[in-house]
Amino acid sequence: MEKFERRQFIKLSLIGTAGVLVGSFFGFAKTETDIEVNSYEDLLKFDWGYIVDTTRCIGCGSCVRACKVENNVPDTYFRTWVERYEITKDEEVEVDSPNGAIEGFDKDNSQSSDIVKAFFVPKLCNHCYDSPCTQVCPVGAAYKSPDNVILIDQKHCVGCGYCVQACPYGSRYIDEHRGVADKCTLCYHRIHKGLAPACVNSCPRSARIYGNLKDPNSKINKILHQRRYGLLKPDLGTNPKCYYIGLDKEVK
Amino acid sequence: METIGNYIFPNEVHITWTVMIVLYPYITGMVAGAFIVSSFYHVFNMEKLKTVARFALVSSLAFLLFATVPLLNHLGRPERAFFIMLTPNFSSAMSGFGFIYSFYMIIVVLEIWFSYRTDLINKYNEAHGLAKSIYFLVLLGNVTDNDNIKRINKRLVIVLAGFGIPIACVLHGYVGFLFGSIKANPWWSTPLMFIIFIFSAIVSGLSVLIFLYQFVHWLRKKMVDQDCLDLMAKWLWGFMIIAVTLELMEVLSISYENTERWAILKHLMEGKLKISYIYLQIGLLSIVPFIMLTFTSLYNFKSTRVKNLIIWISSVMLLLQVLFMRWNVVIGGQLVSKSMRGFTEYFPGIWDKEGLIVSFLIILVPFILLYLFDKIFPFFGEKNH
Repeated sequence: MEKFERRQFIKLSLIGTAGVLVGSFFGFAKTETDIEVNSYEDLLKFDWGYIVDTTRCIGCGSCVRACKVENNVPDTYFRTWVERYEITKDEEVEVDSPNGAIEGFDKDNSQSSDIVKAFFVPKLCNHCYDSPCTQVCPVGAAYKSPDNVILIDQKHCVGCGYCVQACPYGSRYIDEHRGVADKCTLCYHRIHKGLAPACVNSCPRSARIYGNLKDPNSKINKILHQRRYGLLKPDLGTNPKCYYIGLDKEVK
Repeated sequence: METIGNYIFPNEVHITWTVMIVLYPYITGMVAGAFIVSSFYHVFNMEKLKTVARFALVSSLAFLLFATVPLLNHLGRPERAFFIMLTPNFSSAMSGFGFIYSFYMIIVVLEIWFSYRTDLINKYNEAHGLAKSIYFLVLLGNVTDNDNIKRINKRLVIVLAGFGIPIACVLHGYVGFLFGSIKANPWWSTPLMFIIFIFSAIVSGLSVLIFLYQFVHWLRKKMVDQDCLDLMAKWLWGFMIIAVTLELMEVLSISYENTERWAILKHLMEGKLKISYIYLQIGLLSIVPFIMLTFTSLYNFKSTRVKNLIIWISSVMLLLQVLFMRWNVVIGGQLVSKSMRGFTEYFPGIWDKEGLIVSFLIILVPFILLYLFDKIFPFFGEKNH
C-alpha cells in the first residue's frame, strides 16, 4: 500500500510539473490583448511603442537572428542589432557589435582588465513621433501608419537614400539587391495578428517589450509608469518611442 | 569619457551616397556659376564680359543637361525617378528638385533660343534639305527677323537673365540646403551650408569659363580679350575669398563652441579628411590660387603671357578645389558614424557602376557637347579668322 502511494505520488508530481510547464508556456506565449483589426478606425486604437530593458539584455543575439529570418534581412544589413559597452575604471569606453551581434559576443573586445561596468544595448528603429526619415522622403514612400509605425512603401521608394542620411540612429539602409530603403517595421505583419515582433518573441530575458501606448492597462504603459527610462538623442527632437530602461549616458 | 577603438553602427559599413552625389553638386555648381557670369553681362551691362556671355550661357546648358545623369545612375530605382514630380512629398527639401530643375532648364533654354535666334535664321537661310527643316523646326516655324524683333529679343534675354540669377542661386543653394538641413549629420548640419554652396558654385562657374576660354584660345592660337579675362580673374579672386572664408568660419565656430560635435569632427579633419581637406582643399588648392590671383589682380605684369598663365593655373586649381570641397562635404559627412564613436571607409571602385571611370565620363560629356555646339555656332568667332 505504502509502495503504491509512493508511486502514485511520483506519478502525480510528474504530471503536475508537466502540466505547470505546458500551462506556463501557453500562459507566457499568450499575447497581451486580443487584437482585431478590420478597418481604418480599428488601427486608430493603437499606438505601438517599444521598451528595451538594457538591464536585462545578455547579448545572446537571438533577436538579431530572429529578425533576419523573419524579415529576410540581407547579410551585412540590420533591422536590429545589439551593442556591447565596456567601461574601464579610467572611464575609457569601448563599444562593439560584431556583425550586429548576430552570433552574440563570443570574444572579449576590451584588452583592459580594469573593466568596471559592462552592458548590452539592443537597437532598432525608434519609430519616432516626429520622424526625420518620413519628413525627408521626396516621394512620400516613407510614411507613418495610422497606428504610428514608421513604414516604407517599397513599391514606391526611388532608392535615393535621403532617409538613410536623415535617420540619426543608423536604423535605415538601402537594400542594394532591391534598390529600395528598408528598416524595422516592428514586424507589422505580426503585430496585427496579435503576434509579438520576432525580436520580442525570441528574447529569452524579456529585455524587449512592445505594446499599445493608447491602452492605459497595457503592460508597456504599466512598465513606463513604474520605471525610469531614457531616449536616444532626445536633443534632436525626433520624439522616439523606443524607451530605454537603464540607459547609460554613453549610449547614443 | 574617452572612446577607444572605432565603433560605427552596423549599417554604416555601407556608404549610401557615393561619388555620384559628389558629382551632382559639382556639375550644378558649374551650371549656376556659369549662368550668373552670363547674367552679369546681360543684366548689369558689364560690357567687358560680352566675349564670354554667350559661351557662359551655353556652358550652363551643357552642364545642366548632364546634371541628372549621376543622380539617375545612383538611384536604386531610376525607373521611378519621375515620382519626385508625380507624388512629391512637400515636407521634403528634395521634393522641390524636379520643379526647380525643370524651371531653370526652361529659363536657360529660352534665353539661349532668344540669344541665338538671329544666328539660327542666318543658318536656316544658308542651309538646304534636312538641315533647313531642322532649323525651321528649332525656330518654331517663324523665320522673320527685323530690328524690332531683335530689340524685343534682347529685352527678353535681359528679363530671363534677371529671373535666372535668383533661380540659379535657388538651384544651387537648395542643394546646399539638402545637406545643411540634415540634423543627424554633424558635418553637414549648418545653416551656412547653402550660402557656402552658392559661393563655391560661382567659383567653379568662373573657373570653368576661364579654363575653357584660355584653353580654346591657346589651341586656336588666338589672342584673348585681356579686359574680359582680367575682370573674370578678379571676380574669381573675390568670390574664392568669400567661399573659403565662409567655410573656414564655419569650422572655426564649431571648434570654438567646442560641443560634442567638435569632439568627433576634430578627429575627422585630423584623420580621414587630413589629405583631402586640410592639405588639398584648404592648403594647396585654396591658399596657393589665392596668392596667385592676388598677384594677378593687384600687380602690374609686364608680360600678359605670364599673367594669363598664372590665371589659367589658378582656375584649374580652383576647379579641383571645388571638386574636393564637394567630396569632403558629401563623403566626409558620411564617414562620421552617427554613434559619434568612429569613422567608416569609402573609396569608389575604378570600374564600378558608381566608380571613377564612370565619374570621369560623366564629367567629360558636357565638354564634348560644348565642342560640338562650337562647331555649329562658334563661341569666339570663326576659327580661321
